[in-house]
Amino acid sequence: MRPNRALEIGTGLFVLLGFAALFFLTTQLPGSGLSLGGVTGYRLTAKFDNVGDLKTGSPVSMAGVTIGRVESVGFDPNEFRAVVTMRIDTRFDQIPEDSDASIQTQGLLGGKYVGIGPGGSETYLKDGGQIEFTQSAIVLESLVNKFFANFAGRAGESKQDDSTSESSKEGSP
Amino acid sequence: MSGAGVAAADGAALAAIRRVGAIGLFFGRILAQCLPALTRPRVVIHQIYNAGARSLIIIMLCGLFVGMVLGLQGHDLLARFGSEDALGVAAALSLLKELGPVVGALLFAGRAGTSLTSEIGLMKATDQLTAMEIMAVDPLRLVVAPRFLGALIALPLLVAIFNIVGLFGAQLVGVQLMGIDSGAFWSQTQAAVELDDVYEGVIKSVVFGAACGLIAVYEGYHAAPTAEGVGLATTRTVVTSSVLTLLLDYVLTAAFL
Repeated sequence: MRPNRALEIGTGLFVLLGFAALFFLTTQLPGSGLSLGGVTGYRLTAKFDNVGDLKTGSPVSMAGVTIGRVESVGFDPNEFRAVVTMRIDTRFDQIPEDSDASIQTQGLLGGKYVGIGPGGSETYLKDGGQIEFTQSAIVLESLVNKFFANFAGRAGESKQDDSTSESSKEGSP
Repeated sequence: MSGAGVAAADGAALAAIRRVGAIGLFFGRILAQCLPALTRPRVVIHQIYNAGARSLIIIMLCGLFVGMVLGLQGHDLLARFGSEDALGVAAALSLLKELGPVVGALLFAGRAGTSLTSEIGLMKATDQLTAMEIMAVDPLRLVVAPRFLGALIALPLLVAIFNIVGLFGAQLVGVQLMGIDSGAFWSQTQAAVELDDVYEGVIKSVVFGAACGLIAVYEGYHAAPTAEGVGLATTRTVVTSSVLTLLLDYVLTAAFL
């Protein structure tokens, strides 16, 4: 088969285009996709009573700005708590030691993320540090359950009150 | 009468089983010739050009329209639940996991599979394959295996391009036409699409590429060496590849979920 310049250029362009598309799909499309140039940033951990459906790759944000991502969600069998390991960008290396971490929800039904609220300490968290103050995920179902339990309880009480007051009225004359 | 009918059905069932077996054996013979075929990269490159680069325009055009339809339908559906912003997620996941590999493979069977079948069938009808055997050149190594490899390599790349163009089409309709916020479209997509979803689509497209390539070369190699035989073989390629693609799609989806 004799060499054919147009054919080889055409094939080369097609293959390059195909791999560029694959590259975009694997690195750019998923937020938790392959990161380039190795992993950068430092690690922080935090223990939560309940992380909800927090996943690897969920954002870690401070004042609404994404400063890192969740690297892993593990379980501490001694304390029965979830251990969240986060990878924070080195640009944000001045997080006060007494900051708090909470699991929050994007929108009403959106995914979970870790929100960090700054503390007032002058010393900053370093690689491997742990955030002590944590607040668990708010589980919508338990919230709704509590609300209805309260509501039903109160409604029942007020009915009882009504009936007792009515009976006392009837009994008084 | 009924006895003849039963006998005919029996014969048809046996023929179908035999065909499955023959395709399986042929697959084994091709696989054995794949590595030797790779020692002549120029032949394989020629086939990637034939199967891939020449299907590029139709794949991109169809990807654009599939994406645009997804944008319209997805917007209409999601607007009923007041969550139009999720259009990017819906479009990206349906393209990556289902539409890209499946529609890509169906188009590929029609565009590239048929030309592979008729090419090999015509080579057989004009005794070129016999001539090779006489010269002690294995036609499986020189003709069939490079074409199979070309299809196997070309389809995943075509599907990736199809997905990108489709996503662009969905974005075009959703953001430009329907007025969804561009930031919400992309950020929700990035938040919801996992790397596993991408891999699922890539694995599917590799499997479909192997299936379409195998059926195309099998039908060509086993075509009756007449004009009519080559025509029939080409039809069988499209039908069998399409059915096999959809069947494998169900199996793979069930395996991934």
